[in-house]
Amino acid sequence: MKDDHSSAPRTVPIQSATFSNPVNAEIRRAAATGIYDIRGGGAKRKVPHFDDLLFLGASISRYPLEGYREACDTSVTLGTRYAKNPIKLDIPITIAGMSFGALSGPAKEALGRGATLAGTSTTTGDGGMTPEERGHSKMLVYQYLPSRYGMNPDDLRKADAIEVVVGQGAKPGGGGMLLGQKITDRVAQMRNLPKGIDQRSACRHPDWTGPDDLEIKILELREITGWKVPIYIKVGGARPYFDTTLAVKAGADVVVIDGMQGGTAATQDVFIEHVGMPTLACIREAVRALEDLGMHREVQLIVSGGIRTGADVAKCMALGADAVSIGTAALIALGDNDPKWEAEYQKLGTTAGAYDDWHEGNDPAGISTQNPDLAARLDPVEGGRRLRNYLKVMTLEAQTIARACGKNKLQNLEPEDLCALTMEAAAMAKVPLAGTDWWPGKPGTTF
Amino acid sequence: MQTIDMATTALRDLNATLQAQAEATNQTAWEIVNPKGSHAIAVGLDAPIEVTVKGSTGYYCAGMNKQATITVNGSVGPGVAENMMSGTVIIDGDASQYAGATGHGGTLIIKGNASSRCGISMKGIDIIVHGNVGHMSAFMAQSGNLVVCGDAGDALGDSIYEARLFVRGSVKSLGADCIEKEMRPEHIALLADLLERGGCDAKPEEFKRYGSARQLYNFNIDNAY
Repeated sequence: MKDDHSSAPRTVPIQSATFSNPVNAEIRRAAATGIYDIRGGGAKRKVPHFDDLLFLGASISRYPLEGYREACDTSVTLGTRYAKNPIKLDIPITIAGMSFGALSGPAKEALGRGATLAGTSTTTGDGGMTPEERGHSKMLVYQYLPSRYGMNPDDLRKADAIEVVVGQGAKPGGGGMLLGQKITDRVAQMRNLPKGIDQRSACRHPDWTGPDDLEIKILELREITGWKVPIYIKVGGARPYFDTTLAVKAGADVVVIDGMQGGTAATQDVFIEHVGMPTLACIREAVRALEDLGMHREVQLIVSGGIRTGADVAKCMALGADAVSIGTAALIALGDNDPKWEAEYQKLGTTAGAYDDWHEGNDPAGISTQNPDLAARLDPVEGGRRLRNYLKVMTLEAQTIARACGKNKLQNLEPEDLCALTMEAAAMAKVPLAGTDWWPGKPGTTF
Repeated sequence: MQTIDMATTALRDLNATLQAQAEATNQTAWEIVNPKGSHAIAVGLDAPIEVTVKGSTGYYCAGMNKQATITVNGSVGPGVAENMMSGTVIIDGDASQYAGATGHGGTLIIKGNASSRCGISMKGIDIIVHGNVGHMSAFMAQSGNLVVCGDAGDALGDSIYEARLFVRGSVKSLGADCIEKEMRPEHIALLADLLERGGCDAKPEEFKRYGSARQLYNFNIDNAY
């Protein structure tokens, strides 16, 4: 007599952690199209981040400042090393470089308006400077990029600072691409290219290689601008100790380090997710480089890549940054990925919060588009107001934390104010694991 | 003629003096002596003046020039006339890498040879080279004209957009998406003008024209390699 297995318990289907549904879907998509996935934004994978750090606050060993009434200075001056006219910001939160072309005209205008209302700077991007952006930005940083799209000495001299872009956190070592869908007549004219074709941005500058050349390039830029404005060097988070060292050697007034959570307008997903380092891992190494050179605070450090809250700002500054820069968060403040456009996100095959096909130019929020009908959805005045509000909230949050740590100036926050929740974060931030006085790699200890 | 001696004048003072010249200045002729290979000589000028550099220069001579005519009685280092907007730059000797890089306008004449990446990412400039050009010249060249009276090295015009390349001698190899194209009458006329402006002893009919096959203009798997 055979056993009857019909009613026996069955093996539960188990999804592979390696071949997960999203992985399998991507394999099928690649097999069907033969084209790798391009998208906007930064790394979406979970990496050690500022959420893995906590402030300790005050207790008996140190006393706090009164939360609302005692002064807590948020100002910062950038470019004190060589520039005749350093940039003086009311808040240590700047707006990162994003191009007209990748973003709509109203979006760029809104960024300028919001930054100006908040007392901070905004930044151009690949494609050059537009009159609207210059007109609405009290302090405008001009990006000097490998493509040199739209680059000219007149705009260079209109800038309040120059940012030599060596790399981005989303794609250190990679160039960019602005797909033809977004190349309108105006964008094409600004970039000296035909309308409608994909525009590649080179990964290397066309007329210098290496830090010795860069030093001479910076000399040229200073000579053309009369040594008036600060020159930043922006690098993607990859080898922050060496890159910072070489940037300082090349003559930077300010070093900008952009971690892998930092966004891009369009790059291969595989690049965004698999190249570069988390922002958290970059800061202390960059600060160490500055300290080893005796240049910490003389050459200022700006950190970007995944900054969302005043707590993130305060943590960056406690780790040694002078200021931070935001891109993706600023776009969200303007209305990017807002659930009110959910029906239209669904039509695009995505959902609010996940929309990242910025390169296709169909953004329902009117931000990452050159479609005039979509762009008209964004009121630049209202967008500027929203960004100003958001920057104000971030600043108030950072001040709240600083006062709780007994600091009357954001820049006085220090690593000692922090602890880490995970071993990884402790190692990257070089602050003690919570409840201990130890972190992996701490000098004088073994692991 | 105004003379500036770099043996006794700092680079900053040199450039500040030249940059301060107004559009209608009476001081239209300038001579720079003892350049001794200095970098960033005569950069960012914006007036219709004539500047002659008596000797060889380092990097970025005549960078971002507008309106001025700058002549170098010697050879130049990397990046001569980079991002030039207008005006004329004439090099009596040879030019190192990246000559005329990203230039938007104006004319760059090199009477000797140019090294690698001549005309890289050019955006409207006209570059006329009496001698040879090195590898990767006109890489990602967007618009403008590159005339080479001698030979061109490897990968000429790699990833080229709409720039026109004219080469009289041999081309070691063409870069991705760069092809030889028909020399039509309008190209002969254009080249004749360029050769005359460049002071070249050559006939347009001796040249071949190269440009974009326009196969890389839109992202496509068939172009991946």
